[in-house]
Amino acid sequence: MKRAGFDTIWLPVALLMPQLLIIAIFFYWPAGWALQSSFYLQDPFGFGSTFVGGENYTSLLGNDQYKRVAVFTILYSVLVTFFSLAIALLLAIKADKVIRGAKTYRTLLMWVYAIAPPVAGFLGILFFDQSTGPLTKFFQMFGWDFKLGVDYNATATAMVIVAVWKQIPVNFIFFLSGLQSIPRSVREAAMIDNRSATGRFWQVTFPLLAPTAFFLLIINITYALFDTFGVIDALMKGEPGNNPMTLVYKVYLDGFRGNDLGGSSAQSVILMVLVLILTVFQFRLMERRIHYT
Amino acid sequence: MAETTLETPVETHRPRRIKWGAIGDHTVLILGALLMMIPPLLALTTASHDAVTIHREGLQLTLGDNLGKNFHAAMFEKGGFTQTVDGTLMLMNSFILGIGFAVGKIIISMMAAYAIVYFRLRFATLAFWVIFTTLLLPLEVRILPSYEAIQKLGLTNTYTGLIVPLIASATGTFFFRQFFMSVPEELAEAARIDGAGPWKFFVDILVPLSRTMIAAIFIIMFVFGWNQYLWPTLITTDESFFTLVRGIKQIVLSYTDSQIPEHGQALALAIVAMIPPVAIVVFFQNWFVKGLTESDK
Repeated sequence: MKRAGFDTIWLPVALLMPQLLIIAIFFYWPAGWALQSSFYLQDPFGFGSTFVGGENYTSLLGNDQYKRVAVFTILYSVLVTFFSLAIALLLAIKADKVIRGAKTYRTLLMWVYAIAPPVAGFLGILFFDQSTGPLTKFFQMFGWDFKLGVDYNATATAMVIVAVWKQIPVNFIFFLSGLQSIPRSVREAAMIDNRSATGRFWQVTFPLLAPTAFFLLIINITYALFDTFGVIDALMKGEPGNNPMTLVYKVYLDGFRGNDLGGSSAQSVILMVLVLILTVFQFRLMERRIHYT
Repeated sequence: MAETTLETPVETHRPRRIKWGAIGDHTVLILGALLMMIPPLLALTTASHDAVTIHREGLQLTLGDNLGKNFHAAMFEKGGFTQTVDGTLMLMNSFILGIGFAVGKIIISMMAAYAIVYFRLRFATLAFWVIFTTLLLPLEVRILPSYEAIQKLGLTNTYTGLIVPLIASATGTFFFRQFFMSVPEELAEAARIDGAGPWKFFVDILVPLSRTMIAAIFIIMFVFGWNQYLWPTLITTDESFFTLVRGIKQIVLSYTDSQIPEHGQALALAIVAMIPPVAIVVFFQNWFVKGLTESDK
């Protein structure tokens, strides 16, 4: 709050009202409702519900299919985060170094940010098409009979590749702006102290970039968990069947297609706790990040 | 360097060496650029072929002669399951969602941020926390209860139901709060001495001062709104409310149900869905990067 604040009461209340109202109706009410209904068992035909305590949770944790989805989600997040961060970091370092065409490279490397995940997924379908897809043929060269939507591993691979491709631009932009904010004097001092470029990177640049990297780590995990919904939905072509899926997709599937309200709500609550933990991390890192920039 | 007038060089030049390092850098960057460029470019070239060719041979490297035809069909021929929706309608809905979301979010979050930063309110801290807790739970996590809420309010298949719940998060408010905090204290002080009330100060001084910030956040929010998929999929079942991104799967499915899938038209539609957000990001690149890196999400 500013020291030189105004003293009126009605104006700030009126200014805050729209935001508070929207949040109350579309955030607190639904979130509370999810928490409540996670302790109830809904009748599948819509005749009321009964209180079952933690049963929705315990049945989830004992459910093999749920475990399988959870394991896939973890693996998927790790792979998507690792590859999109690694590729983006490499590109950002190079883009920070070159003088000629720096702006053109930046444009070419970041514009994919604006493409919607399901549209990227649709492009993926064509690249992984069973009979004509170039990437399908590429995998077949290695003796892998790649079948999108049929073979679990093939579908998972396609999901990772498309999600990584879509995420490279965000990471690239953040890494590049992180690199460009390293003061010239620091770089020059490092040049004198350490002649090897690799040594300079690991001893000077990387530590200075670490806050950005940590911040991006959280952003990428959040992305892999939630924003890849469109990619996953497009690549399984609307037929979940035996296909891999993330936890968020399962919330959607059980809640909207399976009509399992209690189970879906319990899954939502589990995800909420997960996001809560991630966000606490993020806030703490953000505070640290401000020191550097 | 055409300095041929000098017979002897003033200083002894070492022979110009090939900079292998620079070549390596450019090679990596060009490969990266190709990785990002090729898929959408192939989508464009493939969209210029007829259905039979695409069905038989897949992605095309060359430009065919059906580009105009496919785009025309995608934009103006009624498609979908009910045969009532065409690309133009979906394009319009996408703009309504993108612009409506961005403008709504900016107005509401600027007002809230102003109230939090500039007024001595006893419950300001409480309001701050009530608002910022929303950062913790993205819409995807509470998707089912949010849907139930919209349904109870009778807002399915309305623009209100499509746009307003998406605004219920604090990203914008946080962004403007940070910016208002960085505005010098003396500004409000001076305005007060000059007799400007809080409303006048907001409209005549603070809003004009925030122009760049508004532009930056508008780009981020427009792209975010335009690219929404899950929420529109749930809220709009009536095809006349379909946005491009939401409708694309339905359209692709209805195309591919036919004997020879109309992939050319589907791709044309996908390209139309890409153009506006890509254009705004590319043309207003500096604002976009500023908005992205400073809003922290």
